[in-house]
Amino acid sequence: MATKTILQSINEALDQMMEQDPSVVVYGEDVGFEGGVFRTTAGLQKKYGEKRVFDTPISEAAIVGSAVGMSINGMKPIVEMQFSGFSLPAYNQIVTHVARFRNRSRGKYHLPLVIRMPYGGGVKALEHHSESLETLYAHIPGLKLVIPSTPYDAKGLLIAAINDPDPVIFMEPKRIYRAFKQEVPDEIYEVPIGKARMVKKGKDLTIIAWGALVREVEKALELKPEIDAEVIDLRTISPIDFETIIASVKKTGRVLIVHEAVKSFGPAAELIAIINEKAFVYLEAAPRRLTGFDITVPLPKGEPYFIITPEQIAYEMQKLVDFKA
Amino acid sequence: MLFDEYNPLKGEMLQIMDQEGKIVNDKLEPKIDKETLLKMYKTMVLGRTADEKALQFQRQGRMLTYAPNIGQEAAQVGPMAALKDQDWLVLAFREFNAMLYKGVTLEQAFLYWYGNERGSRYDDEVRVLPINVPIGSQINHATGVAYASKLKELDEVAIVFIGDGGTSHGEFHEGMNFAATYDLPMITIIQNNQYAISTPRHKVIKAKTLAQKAIAYGISGIQVDGNDPLAMYLAVKTARERAIKGYGPTLIEAVTYRIGPHTTSDNPKLYREDTEVEEWLKKDPIKRMKNYLIGKKLWSEEKDVELHEELKQLVLDTFKHVEETGEVELNEVFDYTYEKLTPNLEEQLNYYKEYLKAEGIKDGN
Repeated sequence: MATKTILQSINEALDQMMEQDPSVVVYGEDVGFEGGVFRTTAGLQKKYGEKRVFDTPISEAAIVGSAVGMSINGMKPIVEMQFSGFSLPAYNQIVTHVARFRNRSRGKYHLPLVIRMPYGGGVKALEHHSESLETLYAHIPGLKLVIPSTPYDAKGLLIAAINDPDPVIFMEPKRIYRAFKQEVPDEIYEVPIGKARMVKKGKDLTIIAWGALVREVEKALELKPEIDAEVIDLRTISPIDFETIIASVKKTGRVLIVHEAVKSFGPAAELIAIINEKAFVYLEAAPRRLTGFDITVPLPKGEPYFIITPEQIAYEMQKLVDFKA
Repeated sequence: MLFDEYNPLKGEMLQIMDQEGKIVNDKLEPKIDKETLLKMYKTMVLGRTADEKALQFQRQGRMLTYAPNIGQEAAQVGPMAALKDQDWLVLAFREFNAMLYKGVTLEQAFLYWYGNERGSRYDDEVRVLPINVPIGSQINHATGVAYASKLKELDEVAIVFIGDGGTSHGEFHEGMNFAATYDLPMITIIQNNQYAISTPRHKVIKAKTLAQKAIAYGISGIQVDGNDPLAMYLAVKTARERAIKGYGPTLIEAVTYRIGPHTTSDNPKLYREDTEVEEWLKKDPIKRMKNYLIGKKLWSEEKDVELHEELKQLVLDTFKHVEETGEVELNEVFDYTYEKLTPNLEEQLNYYKEYLKAEGIKDGN
C-alpha cells in the first residue's frame, strides 16, 4: 500500500479496470495523447493503445452519445467531460438517452457507462470552469451521481461506478485532486454506491457535506473543539443514503448541510425535505444550509466571496447549537 | 466506384428503375435472389397496410399519435435487404418498414404506438435500437455501436436513419464528423421526405443536396431515388462493403416524399398543394416494386390480391390482440429505471400501493 492523491487514485482505478476488462474504453477531449487536462488519464493510451484510449473532436454530444451506442454493443465506456460546465452540450444525450435506455427498452439494453467530470470552484479559473451542477444530474431518474472526497473513496467509488450496471455521473472535486495523500490499497476494491461515509461520530449536530467541502468541514471542527459534531460525507448524491442521515439527525436533532452548488433548488433543499419527512419530531432546530449564493460563480477576483470557508462553517455550527426553540 | 459516378454537388441521382418499375439502368440492376425480392415487397405491403389501418385506429382513439410512413417504404426496405442479420439498425421514428424487415414484430410495433414501452423490447437477437424521438440524437448512438464493432473487428455495420429535418441538428454534424474521423462502419440514410413537419426542406437548408454534406466530412455521399428499392439496395450494399473494408461511413440521401401527415396531429393540407402530392403518388414505390416483380415473373395480380387480403386480416388481428393484452402493471413502470429499485423508488412504490389499498382502488391504471 502506498499513499496517493485523488488524481493518482483515479488514474490507478482506470488503469486497473482497463487491464482487467478489455471492454473498458476511455475517451474524451485530450484524454489520449496528453492524458487529460488534469492528467487523470496519463499513461493509459501508451499502455492500452489508441483504439481503447483516444482523443475525440470537441463534441460532447458525440462523446456521450457514442458511449450509449458502445454500451449497447458490449463495451464499458468511461468518458470525460473536460469540466462539468462543458457537459451541457451532452445534457440532451444524458437526460434523453443515458438515463432512459433501460426503461425505454424495458431492460433489453442497459448502459453500464461512466461520465467523469471535474467540478467545483476554488481553482482561480475562467468562466464555466467552476460550476457545481449536482442538481442537474441528481434530478434525473435513471442516473446515479457519485462524488468522492478522499483518495481511498475516489478509487473505490470509480471502480464501483465502472462495475455498476447503471449509468453513473462521476464528479471529481478538482480543487483537491492533488491537495493531500492517503493510504490507498494497490489492488482493485469497491466502495459501495449509495452509502454515505461516517467521517466522525458526534452528538451536538450533524453536518452533511461532500467533495472538496468535506475537508473544509474537518478544518471547521478544529476551530470549534467545544462542539461535538457528527460529520457525514454523502459520497453518493443519487440515490441518497437516507438511512445514515436520518439515524444521525434523530440522534443530534440539529443538521447543517454544506455545499458549493447554488442554494435554490439545490441538494440541501432535497435533504432537508427528506429530514422533515422522516425525522421532523426529532428536530431541535430548523435545519440550516450553507451553500453557494444564487449567482454565477464569480471570476477569481470575486470568487473568494463565493467560496465557503472553514470559518463560515464554524459560524454556522455555532448558530445551530445555540438555537433554542 | 459507384459513388464517384454520381456527383452530389451536381444533383446526380442514382436510379435503377423508372417510376413504372422498368429497369432504366441495366448494368446496375442488382442480382437479388427471389426470396429476398419477395420479402422486400411483402414487407412494403405489410408496412403500407398497417400504416393505413393505424391511421384509422388513431382516429378512433385507440392508438396514440402516429407517424405514418406511406410513400417511404422503398427507402427503408431497400437498405435492410442489403444488410446482414448481425448489422445494427438505429432508428429515428419513421422507419416502420425497416423495423419489420429487420425482425421487429408487428405486435411490438403496434404495442409501442398503443402506449406501452414493452413494444420497444424487441426479441433478443433483433439488433434494432428503440424508436428515438429527440431529432438527430440517434446518429451518435450509431457511431458508438459502429466503434464497438470496429474495435472488436467484427463483420457488422450500423445503419442509422435521419430525416431531412434532422440534418439541421447539431448532433448530425457531431456524429458524422465523429464517424468519419475514426472511419467507422456506419451508413447514414437521410430520408429526405421534403418536409420537417410543415417546413419544406428548401426553406431551411441552403445546400443543393443533402448528400453533398458528405464532402465536408471527407466521406462518400450519394443521392439516390428513395422510391426505387433497387437503387437503395445497391447504394447500401456498396456502402456496407466499403465500411467493412475500412473505408469508413457513407452518407446516402434517399429522395422520397411523405405522402401522409407528419403525425396524426398534423394537417398537411395547410401547407402544401394536393397537386404536389399527386405528382409523388405517381412515383409510388410499392407500385414500382410490384411491376418489377411481375415483369420478372415472380409475382402476379392474383397473388397480390391474396397478399393484401391476408395482410389486412393480420393487421386487424394483431391490433385486436394488442388491445386485449397491452395494459401495463404498476410494478413495471418502476422496475426499469435502475437495475434494482433504489430505496427512494421502493418507498414511492410502496406508498402508492398503500394508497390504492387504503382507498380500495383495485387497479391504479
